[in-house]
Amino acid sequence: MINSHDILETINMIENENLDVRTITMGISLLDCIDEDIDKACAKVYDKICRYAKDLVKTGEDISKDYGIPIIHKRISVTPVAMLAAACPTKNPVKFAQTLDRAAKTVGVNFVGGYSALVHKGFSQGDYALIESIPEALDVTERVCSSVNIGSTKAGINMDAVGKMGHVIRKTAELTADRDCIGAAKLVVFCNAPEDNPFMAGAFHGPGEADCVINVGVSGPGVVRAALAKAGDCNITEVADIVKKTAFKITRAGMLVAKEASKRLSVPFGIVDLSLAPTPAIGDSVAYILEEMGLEQCGAHGTTACLALLNDAVKKGGVMASSHVGGLSGAFIPVTEDAGMIEAARSKALSIVKLEAMTAVCSVGLDMIAIPGDTPADVISGIIADEAAIGMVNSKTTAVRLIPAIGKQAGEELNFGGLLGNGPIMDVNMKSPSRFIARGGRIPAPMQSLKN
Amino acid sequence: MNAVITVLGKDNVGILAKVSAECAAVGGNILEVTQSVLQGMFAMIMFVDITKITVPFSQLADQLAEKGEEMGVKIIVMHEDLFNAMHKI
Repeated sequence: MINSHDILETINMIENENLDVRTITMGISLLDCIDEDIDKACAKVYDKICRYAKDLVKTGEDISKDYGIPIIHKRISVTPVAMLAAACPTKNPVKFAQTLDRAAKTVGVNFVGGYSALVHKGFSQGDYALIESIPEALDVTERVCSSVNIGSTKAGINMDAVGKMGHVIRKTAELTADRDCIGAAKLVVFCNAPEDNPFMAGAFHGPGEADCVINVGVSGPGVVRAALAKAGDCNITEVADIVKKTAFKITRAGMLVAKEASKRLSVPFGIVDLSLAPTPAIGDSVAYILEEMGLEQCGAHGTTACLALLNDAVKKGGVMASSHVGGLSGAFIPVTEDAGMIEAARSKALSIVKLEAMTAVCSVGLDMIAIPGDTPADVISGIIADEAAIGMVNSKTTAVRLIPAIGKQAGEELNFGGLLGNGPIMDVNMKSPSRFIARGGRIPAPMQSLKN
Repeated sequence: MNAVITVLGKDNVGILAKVSAECAAVGGNILEVTQSVLQGMFAMIMFVDITKITVPFSQLADQLAEKGEEMGVKIIVMHEDLFNAMHKI
């Protein structure tokens, strides 16, 4: 029999500490929708998504009700659209984006990811067409998310793509300047992008995946912080143990939801993504966990060490709780989506330079950071190149999601509302990397031995 | 298949009777009840066999949540699988 302490602990986690399953993401392959006639391809895409995902939202809501655990998002990831655009490279791929947006609205999901291209080694015609169209696609759609993989540990970094993405990010922000530049918040530039990530905006359904899978992303920074607060002044070994135990419980809830969703939708289970994903809600913050470990504020010296411990302990606890783990799996540090990060950025305790160091030891990278509106494209490319280099050399995923706040300066604020949150515009070092970016070419893949 | 019904809040007369009546009305069989005052809060936990209930589980959860509001307490109905998953290896 279950004991009452466990029951009350679980209820407290849900009611007071924001325990939730962040997302059920259905990955759908669109490879069988490829057609040289773009209208036919779009029709096939719309039909397939609507057919496969018609019960996704309802099933998510039912499971949430049956088990009493909130499931915040139901989402869809699809095959990188550049692969479909490759069959009709002379046509404007924005049609695909509009089709995805329409399908997302029909089935009721709040985001669909996969307006993506994988160009870590080079471009095909479809990749070019898609990357060029990203600003327009994110301007004319609401629910489509885009990502571009520009580097990997095995292939090196495609500097031509890095140079291009600086301009694409700026243009996307400019086109959506009237909506707080929200387009750029739906665009991620990756190094070592995972093919089974359920989290937006970087989700896509990799070409190595099955026709359709269910991936689940768990969350729960509030639960981890509360567990550490309860433990008081224990030593750091115990801190790691507490994080592991808590991560185990959180992930088991995610695994239960994943198994149930897979069964009810008759779709194979893919992975559980063990991530601590913050929201702007008070108490649902990764920064607060780091502060609970003993930092005056996130960004203080010691932050990277605390984050390294947190990230590792979350994985150790979570891995045993799930039969398949994948995606991004780790602690997220999106600035505008995390109440503690927002405060730290406002008080200048947290800088982009410190965030860059933090990304070397945690999941993803420079995420949801508003930068001054006059930041040149080459400086953005420089930031992308640095971040990709960290990912490439350390064999981990890194990403950049920057929002140039058009018409605004450092110290002012952007407000996206909802889960994307709000935050101050952070200072950027404006010294120019233009000559480096203009060289183009590829950074060769790094050594995998002689590691020092 | 069991549900775990948790009642939290300020103690008052007839909570157990009303929750039991609600369960009985839809064919839920009460297996075990524990009740205590934890951290100054009244807490009752009930294990109910829901194999033969006549309404969908989510409807029972809604009905009891509503009943709880009438009585000024919080009633949470959850499937036992969640607790088993989180607290047992």
